[in-house]
Amino acid sequence: MGFIAGEYDVAVIGAGHAGCEAALASARLGMKTVVFAINLDSIANMPCNPNIGGTAKGHLVREIDALGGEMGKNTDKTFIQSKILNSAKGPAVFSLRAQVDRRMYQIEMKNTLEKQENLDIKQAEIVEIISEEVEGKKVVKGVKTHTGSEYKCKVIIVATGTFLKGRIIIGDVSYSGGPDGLFPANKLSDSLRELGIELLRFKTGTPARINKRSIDFSKMEEQPGDERIVPFSFETGEIEKEQVSCYLTYTNSETHRIIKENLHRSPLYSGVIEGIGPRYCPSIEDKIVRFKDKESHQVFVEPMGLNTQEMYLQGMSTSLPEDVQIEMIKTLPGLENASVMRSAYAIEYDCIDSTQLKLSLELQNVEGLFFAGQVNGTSGYEEAAAQGIIAGINAAMKIKGKEPLILDRSQAYIGVLIDDIVTKGTREPYRMMTSRSEYRLLLRQDNADLRLTPIGYKIGLISEERYRKFEEKRRLIDEEIERVKKVNIPPSEKVNKFLKSKGSTTIKTGVKLADLLRRPELDYDSLEEIDEGRPSLSYEVREQVSISVKYEGYIKRQLEQVEQFKKLEGRKLDKNINYDEIKGLRLEARQKLNKIKPESVGQASRISGVSPADISVLLVYLEQKRRG
Amino acid sequence: MYKEDTIAAISTPHGTGGIGIIRISGDRAFEIAEKIFVGKKNFKNIKSHTINYGKIVNPKDGLTLDEVLLSKMEKPNTFTRENIVEINCHGGLMVLKNILELCIKEGARLAEPGEFTKRAFLNGRIDLSQAEAVIDLINSKTDEGSRAAISQLEGKLSKRLKEARKKLIELLAHIEVTVDYPEYDVEEVTGNMIYNELDEIKKKLQDIIVGFDKGRIIREGIDAVIVGRPNVGKSSLLNELSGKNRAIVTDIPGTTRDIIEEYININGIPVRIIDTAGIRETQDVVEKIGVERTHKAINEADLIIMMIDAKRGINEEDNEIISKLVDKKLIILINKVDLVDENEIQKIEKQLEGKKYLRTSLKEDRGLKELGDALVDMFVSGEVSMNNEILLTNVRHKSLIDKALSSIDKAMSAQQEMMPVDLLAIDIRDAADYLGQITGESVSEDVMHEIFSRFCLGK
Repeated sequence: MGFIAGEYDVAVIGAGHAGCEAALASARLGMKTVVFAINLDSIANMPCNPNIGGTAKGHLVREIDALGGEMGKNTDKTFIQSKILNSAKGPAVFSLRAQVDRRMYQIEMKNTLEKQENLDIKQAEIVEIISEEVEGKKVVKGVKTHTGSEYKCKVIIVATGTFLKGRIIIGDVSYSGGPDGLFPANKLSDSLRELGIELLRFKTGTPARINKRSIDFSKMEEQPGDERIVPFSFETGEIEKEQVSCYLTYTNSETHRIIKENLHRSPLYSGVIEGIGPRYCPSIEDKIVRFKDKESHQVFVEPMGLNTQEMYLQGMSTSLPEDVQIEMIKTLPGLENASVMRSAYAIEYDCIDSTQLKLSLELQNVEGLFFAGQVNGTSGYEEAAAQGIIAGINAAMKIKGKEPLILDRSQAYIGVLIDDIVTKGTREPYRMMTSRSEYRLLLRQDNADLRLTPIGYKIGLISEERYRKFEEKRRLIDEEIERVKKVNIPPSEKVNKFLKSKGSTTIKTGVKLADLLRRPELDYDSLEEIDEGRPSLSYEVREQVSISVKYEGYIKRQLEQVEQFKKLEGRKLDKNINYDEIKGLRLEARQKLNKIKPESVGQASRISGVSPADISVLLVYLEQKRRG
Repeated sequence: MYKEDTIAAISTPHGTGGIGIIRISGDRAFEIAEKIFVGKKNFKNIKSHTINYGKIVNPKDGLTLDEVLLSKMEKPNTFTRENIVEINCHGGLMVLKNILELCIKEGARLAEPGEFTKRAFLNGRIDLSQAEAVIDLINSKTDEGSRAAISQLEGKLSKRLKEARKKLIELLAHIEVTVDYPEYDVEEVTGNMIYNELDEIKKKLQDIIVGFDKGRIIREGIDAVIVGRPNVGKSSLLNELSGKNRAIVTDIPGTTRDIIEEYININGIPVRIIDTAGIRETQDVVEKIGVERTHKAINEADLIIMMIDAKRGINEEDNEIISKLVDKKLIILINKVDLVDENEIQKIEKQLEGKKYLRTSLKEDRGLKELGDALVDMFVSGEVSMNNEILLTNVRHKSLIDKALSSIDKAMSAQQEMMPVDLLAIDIRDAADYLGQITGESVSEDVMHEIFSRFCLGK
């Protein structure tokens, strides 16, 4: 070995959203941790959209927070606009989204990392994973930087985002580069390959940034924030803040003409780009080619922060050449005089085939090597952070010799996300959506703490104080639900007058308060008028009571489904099973099972190519082994 | 215990005679039997491990399905170590199917291939040394079953089912996209839109179910076409087999101008028999259409019954017809044998050497039983492409469509109660999922695909 610069329990490569959560979780669980970034000023950077949350993504942030992660708190500290989405579409999909001040977000997160005990932060590019062969299996020993220094460690978490062999493409120009003008990491890919890891090449892109001074907002629709601010973190109290608006404008036939005439110069269509881009995040030229009938597309103009004039053009991601970019941007109402500060670009990068991982996010074949974030083929800051906290926790669990934390599909979106990428893999950058969850009425953003805080506490990421507060909240919820189900509302004049005023049927005999609450036209808060013994409760408690009672029937049904689901989930499969030796499995099933090495029969059943008959065979095999 | 839901299946091979057994296993087996069995003693008071005479009665309409012998077997001393009820019926395959359907309506699930044996093994009833045999059983039955499912899913049923499912997926995708991309200018789904869409899908599914109830789906599986020269007695045969005077029978050639079909039940096996216009060349426009349809029916048929007029003998037209049927399953009826002597018949038979033929006289009611036997023989021995598993597959499909319908009903009534769309989506998704279990498609991937291909989203 060369110069040994330090010795750690855990080394995290990359300090983006995955790396930050991983490093914090690991250090907070008492592990001596080091985190490397190519440039420390890019910690927790948002090289693309300047916002956090949204449908499903907001759910992830709440879950990260409920486990004791940082993303929610950091967003609460630095957001400049807050919105509640889907408030009329039902409790399962009700979501939070915030525009954040990008630089503030970075500075806050960097400072949090810097202040964290057990955590060292270093500016360096990691070029090699050092490993040893122990009893026929590769085990990590340390990492090597571009300057030749070596750091010994027991566990490594790779969270390199889009940096691996990053290549920037703008029209016919392409060069080696990382996101947001940063350097790429060109060497680590080879080291991963040497370890036998299979790599894929994905692609993503980001739109241009415009100087606010050059924009005429009078030609756009203003999109202000919501009056009521719901914080992301369960620990954040009420927030009052001046909010900044976003603006909406549209493309038109002129924009589309320019794009169509220059399509041949788009690397996507000329074949320069080989990486696989996400379907849900098409570039503007993609949208125009694929959706010919659509006469115009929305473009949101979003502020990048308070102390900057940079504005982000959501909806205009492109890899067309610079001259075409400028020409097409100027066709948008309000952007006629737009001054482009940063051009839109596409970026290609190496990521791993995520089916090589275990559900703990550790690689199957290399002991102590974990992966989290975009390098696993996902997309989005929230998806990255969600994997980061799990990788950080499981790195610590591994060193402590404890069982890894694996959240299942019925517990959290985090569980859905990791199960999806590990079990099914992904052929395009994976974005979380509520429709990916089978039990989304249970996995609401409002009850993330009820689902996950006890787990976070048990692991050691939730403080005593926070947990006591949480238990108190839970007690109040349970008591109030109990009360609402018991309280009888008599058919008095006052009650019926109230019911009439709400357009609800009057009552002739006593009715349980819960039954009134289940009427579609009534809600918990308005029922206060006729509910005399009601205690004074916080919004969070009232919300839980309201949802739990009002949608009880649906919730019960999903809980029953979960019970079914858990049966096969509970049937564990040994990692050392050689599926070639199980008679009766079909060939495709054998190959897939050997590749994925599922941890339970339930997980096996979700692998494409494994049939119900194969599952029966597995059950028979397990029984055979149990008796044999 | 491995799984506590209750399963039911026909546990005797089909088509092999009148008697069959339906087996129900699981916690709810006794509860189900109690609802449908009417015997001397109340089911509750029947002792375990006894055989009891009684009737299976549909509790909904009080109709008796069959007289049966019923065995009640209390766990753990049973094949699966769960409560078991076995119903011995003798009314043929259709009756078995109806009783099985009744069990499923009352709360049982159709057993997976080999599931009784699997449960027996998983519950420790079967010796370890037989594990491999259990696996083989699961696999062989699955292969058989999926062959049946595939052969049946080709055709009209599958097309209509896929259409209905596609509508559901489109609706779901629309809901999901407004939920997952609230900020995009996608047309918002309203409760009314959802309700109306569901109503249409519901009607489509109900149509399919009606088809099931009439047994048409099953009949679509075994098509027998009657062909022959004009006035050879095709319509008479159809009338005889169906016992109805449906086709107009005259002495004038070319009377049957359209295709006439009749559903008959031969020894418990349902057969759709199609009577056709003659295959002769004709100038008559109306008849010409009939002839064209005949060609089509022949192409799609599983079995051809060709009729030859014993009195007129085999002529060129007959030979031409036979030559067109070389790659078809074929039974030739030498009809009107009452009108000619033995020599004539033998002469004809000689010309038909190597082919399957029977002597009939519809006027004197001769040869019909033999025809029935020949048909059954072909079904049972597998000579005809009709798969024995088709019937079971039908029960499975029907129960899944029933479930989908009930999910759609739930979604529609929830919409009426002004439930938010995310809750409606739960039932709509369930409905799509049930139909997907028939067509073998996964809801979440289809919805995702639909979202990205139909809606324009992106940063």
